[in-house]
Amino acid sequence: GAMGGSASLIPRDLLGEYQELTFLSKQEILLAYKRFSELLPKEERENACSVRVPKSQILTLPELRANPFQHRICHVFSTSETRDDSMSFEDFLDMLSVFSDSATSDIKSHYAFRIFDFDEDGTLDRKDLEQLVNCLTGQGEESRLSSAEMEQLIKNILEESDIDKDGTINLSEFQHVVSRSPDFASSFKIVL
Amino acid sequence: EEPHGAAPVGFLQELPSCQSARRRRGGTQERRPALLSTAGSRGAGTLLQDADDCPAREHPVCMAEKRRIRDSQQADTERLSRWKKWRRTSSKALKKALSEVKSLSAYLVLWRHDIHNIEGKFGTGIQSYFSFLRFMVLLNFVIFILMFSFVTLPTVISKYKIFNSTIVYISSKNIEDICTIYEPSGNKGLVYFYIYLKDLLSGTGFLEMTSLFYGYYSIDAVSISIMNYNFPLAYLLATFAYLALSFLWTLKRSVEGFKHNLVHDADPFQSYCNKVFAGWDFCITDPSAAWLKHCSLLYELQTDLQEEKLKQRIAERRMKEKLRIYSLRIFINIIVIAILSGCFYTIYRVTVFSQENSNDIDNANSQINLLVQYLPSMVITLANFVGPLIFSFLIRFEDYTPAFEIKLTLLRCVFVRLANIGVLLFSLWSQISHCGSDKCKPCGYNYKLYPCWESDVGQEMYKLMIFDFIVILAVPLFVDFPRKLLVTHCSCKLVQWFGYKEFEISDNVLEIIYGQTICWIGTFFSPLLPAIATIKYFIIFYVKKIVLIQTRKPAARPIRASSSKFFFLVVLLIGLLLAFIPLGVSIASIPSSKACGPFRNFNTSWEVIPNTVLEFPTGLQQVLFGMASEAFAVTFFLILCIIMFYIIALAQAHKRVVEELREQLVLESRDKMFLIRKITEAQR
Repeated sequence: GAMGGSASLIPRDLLGEYQELTFLSKQEILLAYKRFSELLPKEERENACSVRVPKSQILTLPELRANPFQHRICHVFSTSETRDDSMSFEDFLDMLSVFSDSATSDIKSHYAFRIFDFDEDGTLDRKDLEQLVNCLTGQGEESRLSSAEMEQLIKNILEESDIDKDGTINLSEFQHVVSRSPDFASSFKIVL
Repeated sequence: EEPHGAAPVGFLQELPSCQSARRRRGGTQERRPALLSTAGSRGAGTLLQDADDCPAREHPVCMAEKRRIRDSQQADTERLSRWKKWRRTSSKALKKALSEVKSLSAYLVLWRHDIHNIEGKFGTGIQSYFSFLRFMVLLNFVIFILMFSFVTLPTVISKYKIFNSTIVYISSKNIEDICTIYEPSGNKGLVYFYIYLKDLLSGTGFLEMTSLFYGYYSIDAVSISIMNYNFPLAYLLATFAYLALSFLWTLKRSVEGFKHNLVHDADPFQSYCNKVFAGWDFCITDPSAAWLKHCSLLYELQTDLQEEKLKQRIAERRMKEKLRIYSLRIFINIIVIAILSGCFYTIYRVTVFSQENSNDIDNANSQINLLVQYLPSMVITLANFVGPLIFSFLIRFEDYTPAFEIKLTLLRCVFVRLANIGVLLFSLWSQISHCGSDKCKPCGYNYKLYPCWESDVGQEMYKLMIFDFIVILAVPLFVDFPRKLLVTHCSCKLVQWFGYKEFEISDNVLEIIYGQTICWIGTFFSPLLPAIATIKYFIIFYVKKIVLIQTRKPAARPIRASSSKFFFLVVLLIGLLLAFIPLGVSIASIPSSKACGPFRNFNTSWEVIPNTVLEFPTGLQQVLFGMASEAFAVTFFLILCIIMFYIIALAQAHKRVVEELREQLVLESRDKMFLIRKITEAQR
C-alpha cells in the first residue's frame, strides 16, 4: 500500500537516524513523509528528502491552516538560507518532533518561547504579549480586547511570570511559568 | 522602574547569563561565530559537557545541529573507558527497544482515531471527556476480569465439575434452620414472554438464580484435585482488590502531568499565564472550530478581567453590605438543605413503598409491578435532573464571583447525585433490619422478607444501572433530536429562544460518575455488574459522539477547571470514597444472610478475615492482632501527626526562602540595569 511504498523511498539508515534524532516513531515518520510529499508537485516527489517546500504550500496542511501562529511556526522551524520560510523535510520532522506527544516539556517550552517572541529579541516584552493575545482572540477588529483590558491583562501576566521585574519575560521565567501550567502539555501538540 | 530600553542592548547580550540562555536556545546561524568568540574559556568545555548530558534529540536545535552533536557524542564515547562505553550503548539499545514497544502498543489503544478526530474538530476540552469515557471502559473491563477470574470462574468450574473439582459445603451448627430457607421464585413451567422481559429489566425471576447475583455463590470452598480454594476469603479479597485498584489507578491518572505549585497560593487554573500561553489548542484542524475557539478565548479573558474588577469591588464592601450578603447566603443555604432533605425523605418513602409492594405476591406478574420496582430509580433520576436546575437558579442570589458560582454549583450537584444513592441504600437497610415484632431475633435481619438480602441489594443496583442506561439513550433520542428539528425548521420566537442544546461537559461527566459509583457499590452484591458497565460505557461513547457531531455547538462558557482531566478524576475519587461507606457498613456491620452466599457460616462478611488469621502461625497472629489493637493505632496516629507537622513546617520554611530569593532577584536585576547605565555613561 501507500505505507509500503513510502518506506522504500526513505533509506533504512536514514529512517533509523530520524528515529534517533527526533521524538517520532517509525510510523509517524513515514506518515510525515507521505503528507510532505503530497505537498510537492508530482515530478519532485522522488527526492522529497532534499527539496524545500514554499511556505504557501505548508500552510495548506489542515494542522496549520487554522492555526493563528502558522507564520511564526514556519519561520521558527525553517532553516532556509534565503529566509523565505520554506521548509525541507528535515525541518518538517523537527516541527513534528517538538509538537509530538513524547517530546519533553523542556523542548516544548523552549520552542513555544521562540514562537511567541514575535520580534525575535530573546525576550517577551509588552509588544510581543500584545500580539500574542491578539492572535489568540482572533483577527477581526471586533474580536480584540479594548486597550484598557489589554493593559490589565498584560499587567497580570507580567505579575505572575516576571520574576526579576524587568518588564520582560526571558526564557527561564517562561519555562518556569509554563511548567506550572496544567494545560500546556495537552494543548501544545500536533499529531498528524 | 527603569525602562528596559535605556541600557544599550549590546551590553546585555554580552552578559554570561544571556550567553548561556542563547546557547540553550541554539541560536541562528549568524550568531554562532559571536557565541564562540565571546564564550571564551567557558565555551569549549561547557559545550561539550552540555552535549554529554542529554541525547541529541533533546537539544532545541535544527536537524543538522543535532547530527553534529550526536557525532561529537559518539566521538567522545570512543575515548571513554570500556565500562562507560558499554553502559552507554546498552542504555541506548534499551531506549530503542522501549520506543518500539511503545509504538506497537499505540495501535492497541481503543478509539485512537475517533478521539483524534474529535480533538481536531472540537478542541482538547471535549476530547478530555471522551478520553475519560475510554478510561471508564478500561477500568470496568479490568474489574470484570478480576471478579470473573477469582469469583465466577471457580464457581462455574466446580458446579459443572470440570477439572475434577468438587464443591465443599460446610454446615455450621449454631444457625437456626429457619434462617436458611431460601426459595427464589424462578419461573417454572410455561410463562408469558413478557415475564422474561420483566425479569430481565428487574433482575428477579430467572435472573435471580444466575451468576449475576450474590445468591448463586452459595459455596464454602472449592477443591480442585488436591488444592483447596477458600472461596469466602477469595470473594472478600477480590472486593478489596477491585476497590484498591480503582483507587490507585484513578490517583495515578490525576497526578500525571499536573504539577501544582505549592508555594504560591494562586489557583493554577485561573492563572492568566495558563490561559494565554497554553490557551490555543494546536491540534484544532477545522476552521469553524478555530473560530469558535477564538470566540471562547475572547469571552474567557474578558470575563476573567471583569471578575477581577468585581473582586476589587467585593473587597471594598462596607459592613452593612457584608451583613446583608452573608445573611442572604445563610438563608439560601438553609433552603438548599431543606430541598435536599425533602428529596432524601421522598427517596426513603418511595423505596420503602416499592419494597413493600413488590414483595406482594398478588400483583407479582402485572406491568404495574415493574413500574413500582423502578420507582426509586425514577425518583432518583428526577432528583438528579431537577436539583442542578434549582441550584443554578438559587446561586444567582448569593452574589459570588462567576468562577466560584460554577464551582459551588458543581459541588452541590455532585453531592446530590452521590447522596441519593446513599439514601437509597440506607432505606434498603432500614427495611432489612426492620425488626417490628421480633422478626429479626434468630438471624439478625428480617429473614421473612429478605432471606437473601444481598441479592436484593444487588437487584436494586442492577435496576439503577439499567434505568440510567435507558435514560442516557432515551434523552438524546426523544428530547434533543426533536428539539434540534424544531429549532431548525420552526422560526417561532419562543422556539428560537430555546435554542440548540449545548454539549455541557460537566453534566455529562457527572452522569458517568453517578453510574460508576453505582457499579462500585453494586459489584460486591452482583459480581457481573462491571461487564454490564463496560458494555454500557462502550455504547455511550458512540451515542455521545453522534450527539456531539449533531449538536455542533460546544458550550459558550468553557470553564477551564471544570473541563479539565483533573476535575473529572477528583470527582471520580470522591465517588469512590463515598462508595467505601455503604460497602464498609454492609461488609462489617450488617449480618450476612444465612440462606445464601459464601458468608453463610459467619456472622458478618468481614469475619472471614479474623477466622483466617486464626489459622496462621502464632507469631504472625500476634503481630497481626497487635496491629489491630488500640495501642498500635494511637501510636501510629501520633507518629503520623508528628510527621505531618514536620512537613508543614518544612513547607513554610521553603516558602519563606522562595519569597526572599524572589525579592533578591528583583534587586539584582535593578542593580544590573543601574551598573550598565553607569558604564555606558562612563564610556561616553
